[in-house]
Amino acid sequence: MKLTKEERAILDGKEGQTKAKIMQTLVEFGELFGAEEFVPVTTSGHLVTSFGIGLLKPVYRIMDEIIEAGLKTPHPFTVDPRPIDYKNVKCGLLNKLVFSKIMYSQQKHYEEQLSKIGLKNQNAFTCTCYLPEVGNIPRYGDVLSWAESSAVVFANSVLGARCNRNSGMLDIFGALLGKVPKFGLLTDEGRKANWKIEVKTSSLPEAQVLGSAIGMKVMEDVPYVVGLDKFLGTELDDTAISYLKDFGAATASNGAVGLYHIQNLTPEAKEFGEKLLNKDYKTYVIDDAELERVYKSYPVMWKNADAKPTLCFIGCPHLSFGQLITWTQRIGEALKEAGRKKVKVRTIMTSAPDVVEKFKTTPEYEKLMSYGVKLSSICPLMYTNNPIAGGKPIITNSNKLRTYSKSRYYRDDDIVKIICGVKA
Amino acid sequence: MKKVFKGRVICKGSYEGECVVSKQGLNTLATFQKSALKNAEQIIGSDQNNPYVYGKNLTGVALVLPQTIGSTTGGLVIQTICQMGINPAALLFSEEIDSLAASGVILAKNWENSNIIAIDKLGPEILEELKTGDRIKVGEDGSVSLVD
Repeated sequence: MKLTKEERAILDGKEGQTKAKIMQTLVEFGELFGAEEFVPVTTSGHLVTSFGIGLLKPVYRIMDEIIEAGLKTPHPFTVDPRPIDYKNVKCGLLNKLVFSKIMYSQQKHYEEQLSKIGLKNQNAFTCTCYLPEVGNIPRYGDVLSWAESSAVVFANSVLGARCNRNSGMLDIFGALLGKVPKFGLLTDEGRKANWKIEVKTSSLPEAQVLGSAIGMKVMEDVPYVVGLDKFLGTELDDTAISYLKDFGAATASNGAVGLYHIQNLTPEAKEFGEKLLNKDYKTYVIDDAELERVYKSYPVMWKNADAKPTLCFIGCPHLSFGQLITWTQRIGEALKEAGRKKVKVRTIMTSAPDVVEKFKTTPEYEKLMSYGVKLSSICPLMYTNNPIAGGKPIITNSNKLRTYSKSRYYRDDDIVKIICGVKA
Repeated sequence: MKKVFKGRVICKGSYEGECVVSKQGLNTLATFQKSALKNAEQIIGSDQNNPYVYGKNLTGVALVLPQTIGSTTGGLVIQTICQMGINPAALLFSEEIDSLAASGVILAKNWENSNIIAIDKLGPEILEELKTGDRIKVGEDGSVSLVD
């Protein structure tokens, strides 16, 4: 990499050994991918590591080193959701012991460390930092040092920002230095698609199954999706944004997608159209049968496949304000159909703290509470990491949660029927 | 004559021993998290969606894979298992290393003094040629071959 005089001085330790080691790590990372230079990070960071899990000893040690060196990010950053919320996600003594004393024993200490290096505020814990209520919204062309696969793919695809799929720790390093190596999704060439995805379904596909199918097929390549605008329209309204949020999370967790283009809808697809397709692109056709095949391929990891679910998580990634309203309406209608007042399966919906605050000012919030649903801002995945809690028969509409836990995936229509007790 | 695969050396080292071959992208978090969380002495692959590694010991072996996939905690997970000393001895990628695995091995090398070996661009044929349980030899020059 060609370094500027200032960057060379950092690497040579003129600004301290910690900063030099951070620079060395980013230089090696960039050189591996053919980066020739650094580019400035133009806006706030978003970190994936939000959990004070005891085993991540390297994180706390490096954070201490950063604090000791007096380093702080130039822009305040947001971070993924917290792992624990005993008020809204109640659990027994044994579970509490595992969560607080064994698994997330470093939570308080780690949050203090985050605050010292530039955490935005106490509401900054969400995987959907880009929602308007949270406000960490990159502009078109912004260069980011973000991690959290679902946030990176959203920022790249829906907002037209530029960010590689950074790992935890490298997200902090880039945000602290205010620079990232230029390669991959930061370049025009790296944003071109190797796959054309032809959506030929009879109706709008389930976002999380479509994303899963594409992720498993293209892995880390960039897909250019045609046929989806027929159902989603050509404007990035609330419905489209929520859909793409969930779709992207599935492409990134079931595969390694960092950027997708949706013809006639996402900004670069609107600007450049099929010019974004590389010459030798491959094609993947998705129809109703293909989606059904993918859906049926998901293994059931419960000890007893016929067990009745005891817990349901809706909101991985965190729900948008519009989704909270829609889910409240859907649950209300389904309960009416089932002749019930409250949900049959313990249900937790998750959303960003700032979104929850706004939702609490609406009449739908009281309705949702009256249905017996709990609202939290935790990360469901971190809850299911607890072997006692996660070993229970949990259902979810999140393909990401399915991938990283034993939770069983159901489509939205099925989930609402199950939790409300509507007979099939 | 025995086939010798040659790739790009990312973290140098030599190894002789057993390999585990994942013909599909390896989900780092899903594969390593359970054993790491348990503070186990060895990693048993826990990704239910990857039959090639599910239930297999991955500590001290050469893990042959196309790339890693999944959560962006991936690099941190690799760094952590290296710090714990329960990492695979070598990561042998058939494709170009992905950004998360690259972060992991660079973090492990620079911040944990780990000697994990990483070689990429070995070519897709290696995933067909090598079978889980085969004994292989990895050279400092990025060569990988079967041991008789």
